[in-house]
Amino acid sequence: MRKVAIYGKGGIGKSTTTQNTVAALTEMGKKVMVVGCDPKADSTRLLLGGLAQKTVLDTLREEGEDVDLDDIRRPGFGDCMCTESGGPEPGVGCAGRGIITSINLLEQLGAYSPDQNLDYVFYDVLGDVVCGGFAMPIRDGKAEEIYIVCSGEMMAMYAANNICKGIVKFAEAGVVRLGGLICNSRKVDNEREMIEEFARKLGTQMIHFLPRDNDVQRAEINKKTVIDWNPECAQADEYRTLARNIDQNQMFVIPTPLSIRDLESLILEYGLVAA
Amino acid sequence: MNLLKGAVRGSQENPTVLLRHTTPNVVERQALTINPAKTCQPIGAMYAALGLHNCLPHSHGSQGCCSYHRSTLTRHYKEPVMAATSSFTEGSSVFGGQANLMQAITNIFSIYNPDIIAVHTTCLSETIGDDLTQIIAKAQEEGKIPAGKRVIHANTPSYVGSHVTGFAAMVKSMVTSFAAPAREKTRTVNLIPGWVEPSDMREIKYLAESMGVDAILFPDTSDVLDSPLTAKPLFYPKGGVTVDRLAITPASRLTIGLGPSASTVAGRELDTKFKVPLELLELPIGLKATDRFVNLLRRQSGAPVPAEVLDQRGRLVDLISDMHQYFYRKRVALWGDPDQLVSLTEFLADLDMRPVYVVTGTPGKNFERRMETALAGRVPEAKFRQGAGADMFLMHQWIKNEPVDLLIGNTYGKYIARDENTPFVRHGFPILDRVGHSYFPTVGYRGAMRLVEMMLNALLDHKDRQSPEESFELVM
Repeated sequence: MRKVAIYGKGGIGKSTTTQNTVAALTEMGKKVMVVGCDPKADSTRLLLGGLAQKTVLDTLREEGEDVDLDDIRRPGFGDCMCTESGGPEPGVGCAGRGIITSINLLEQLGAYSPDQNLDYVFYDVLGDVVCGGFAMPIRDGKAEEIYIVCSGEMMAMYAANNICKGIVKFAEAGVVRLGGLICNSRKVDNEREMIEEFARKLGTQMIHFLPRDNDVQRAEINKKTVIDWNPECAQADEYRTLARNIDQNQMFVIPTPLSIRDLESLILEYGLVAA
Repeated sequence: MNLLKGAVRGSQENPTVLLRHTTPNVVERQALTINPAKTCQPIGAMYAALGLHNCLPHSHGSQGCCSYHRSTLTRHYKEPVMAATSSFTEGSSVFGGQANLMQAITNIFSIYNPDIIAVHTTCLSETIGDDLTQIIAKAQEEGKIPAGKRVIHANTPSYVGSHVTGFAAMVKSMVTSFAAPAREKTRTVNLIPGWVEPSDMREIKYLAESMGVDAILFPDTSDVLDSPLTAKPLFYPKGGVTVDRLAITPASRLTIGLGPSASTVAGRELDTKFKVPLELLELPIGLKATDRFVNLLRRQSGAPVPAEVLDQRGRLVDLISDMHQYFYRKRVALWGDPDQLVSLTEFLADLDMRPVYVVTGTPGKNFERRMETALAGRVPEAKFRQGAGADMFLMHQWIKNEPVDLLIGNTYGKYIARDENTPFVRHGFPILDRVGHSYFPTVGYRGAMRLVEMMLNALLDHKDRQSPEESFELVM
C-alpha cells in the first residue's frame, strides 16, 4: 500500500487535484482511500457527488469512542473509500488535535490494515502546516510520499519551499520522502520552465504540469470529478497522466529547500525572461 | 518478608538511601529540572478562590488537573477541598470546552448552589485557546447564571510562572470582576495577604483590627480551611471575603499588598483602574518585616500601637535574646516561594544565622534584588537562585559540598533532611506530613515566636540525639 500526502498553499487546488487523481487511479483498477485532513471537510465532495459526509470527529463527539469503521467512511466514485476528519468551527478548539485524534482513530479501527486490500491512501491536508497536528500525516511513517501542489505564482512557490523545510525535518527522522511537485497552472509566464527549474533546485521533479481548463470548474459545479463528469475531455487525460506518473514514480528524495534569496532570484530570472 | 527486612536493614546501614544519586559535582544544566521548587498555576488559583465566601472553584480542563489540585490542597489543609471540573474529553480538546463549561455552570448552580464559581484554566484549555470571557458572557446571555450569582475566571497556564502566579492571577480577577467604581473615599484599607496560611490571614486581620484599621482582606481563607468540626457540616464554611466587601475596594484610600510575588498584580489593578495607591511590603514574617507592617498600619489609623501588640513584640525580642547562642552562625538552606523566602532570609540574618542556600522555582528576576535587600550584605557567602534551574537537586548538591545546620521548607525536603541527617523545620507549601500550619501563624510577632520555637526545637532535638552520653545535657 502506498501512502501519499498532498500538501500546498491554501486555495491552490489540492482537494480538486487529489480527487481527480484518485478518480483516475480507480479507473486504473486501484483501490484507494482518501482521508480529508481539513476542518472544512470538503476533501471528498467530488468523489461522493456532493454527499455530505459525517466526519470522524462529529461521530466521535456524538457517539463516543465506540465507533465503527463503517460509521466514518463512505464509498465514492470508482469504489474509493472516503473519510473526512472534520474539526471545530473557525476560531474555537484545536483543529490540529482533531487531525491527530482522527488519524489515530482510523488506525485503531484498522482502516489501513492489510485486509482492506488498499493500493493507496491519500491524505489531503490543510494548506498551512500551522502546528504539529497538520504534520500528523507525515509523522511516524504514516504517509511515505508527499506531493506538493503549486503554481508559478510567487506565494505558491514560497509555500512549497516552506513545506519542503518541514519535510526535511520529518524525512531525516523517518521514512517520508518528497515525490515531486504538481504544477496546477495559473497561466503564469514561463510557468512550466520555472517550476521544472524550481523542482530541480529542490532535488525533486515536476511530476506533471496540469494546464488550466474550465472543465475542472464545470465538473465541480456538477459535484463531480472531471473523469466522472466527462471522461472524454482533454483535462480527464491530464489527470490520467498525473495518476500514471504517480503510480510509476521511482524518485523519492529528501528535498533541499532554497534560501529566500535563491527563491526570489529564480522567480525574477524566469519572470524577466518573459517580460 | 525476608526481602522487606533486608530492605529496612539496608536503609539503616546506608543513611543516604533515598537520594543517594545526588552528586556533589554541580554542572550547569540547560534543559533539566530535578525536584522543582514549585508546582502549577491552577492550584494557586484554586486556593485563592477558596478565600471567597460561598465560592466553588472550577477547573476548566481535564479531570486529572482538578483531582491533583484538590488532593494536594486537602492534604495540606486537612480539610475537604471542593472543586468542580469541565472534564475535558478528546472531543472537547478538538471542538473547544465551551459546551462542557456551559453544562458545568448549569449543573453547579442547580446542585451545589454557590454564590460564585471561580473558573481557572489549565494547560490544555489555554493551548487550544478557549476564550473564557466569551464563554462566560454567553452563559450570562443564555440565562445560565441565576440572578445575584457570579462566574469569574483567571487564565492559569502552567507552562508560565508557578502556583504563586496562579494565585496572583485569581486575586487580580477578584478585583477585575467585583470592584465597582466608587463615588467617594471611605476609611477602609484593602489588604492583600499574599499566599499565606489561613492562620496567617487570621493573624493579619487581628493585627489590622487591633491597630484600628478597617481592612478588606482578600482573599481570606480563615474560617474556610481551618473551620471547626461541629455537628453541622457546611459545604461552604462561614469564612471568605464577600462580594459586597470586594465591591467597595475602589473606595479604600490605600491597598497594602503583602508579598510582591502574590499581591502585586491585584494591587496594581486597583491602582491603575481606580486610583487606589498601592503600598507593597514583604510578608510580615520575622521581627523587622512585622515592624514595617505594623508601622504602616499605625500611619493609617493615626493611633499608637496598642500595648497588647507591643508586648507581643517585647516577648519575641526577649525570646530571641535568651536563645541567641543557639542561632549564632547556624547555616540554613531554604526553598519554597519568593515571598516567604525573602522575609525568612531577613529574619534569619537578624537572628545572626547564615541563610546560605535559597532556591525557588517561581521565576522572576526581582527575587535576586529582593534577597540582596533582605541580606544587606550580612551573609556574603549566600547563594540564591530562582527559576527553572533553581531546583531542590541543586540545593542538595550545594549542601553536599558544604553542609548546613538547618533546613526550612515544604515537605519535599524530608528526603534531604534524612539523607544529610539535618534538622528540618517545615514551612511553606505544601506540608503533607505534619499539622499546625493552618492553625498557628508564622506572620506577626506571635508567628515569629512560633518560628523561633520550631527552629530551636529542631536544633536542640538534633543536639540531644547526636550528643555522646558524657555531654548529654539536662539543661540547655
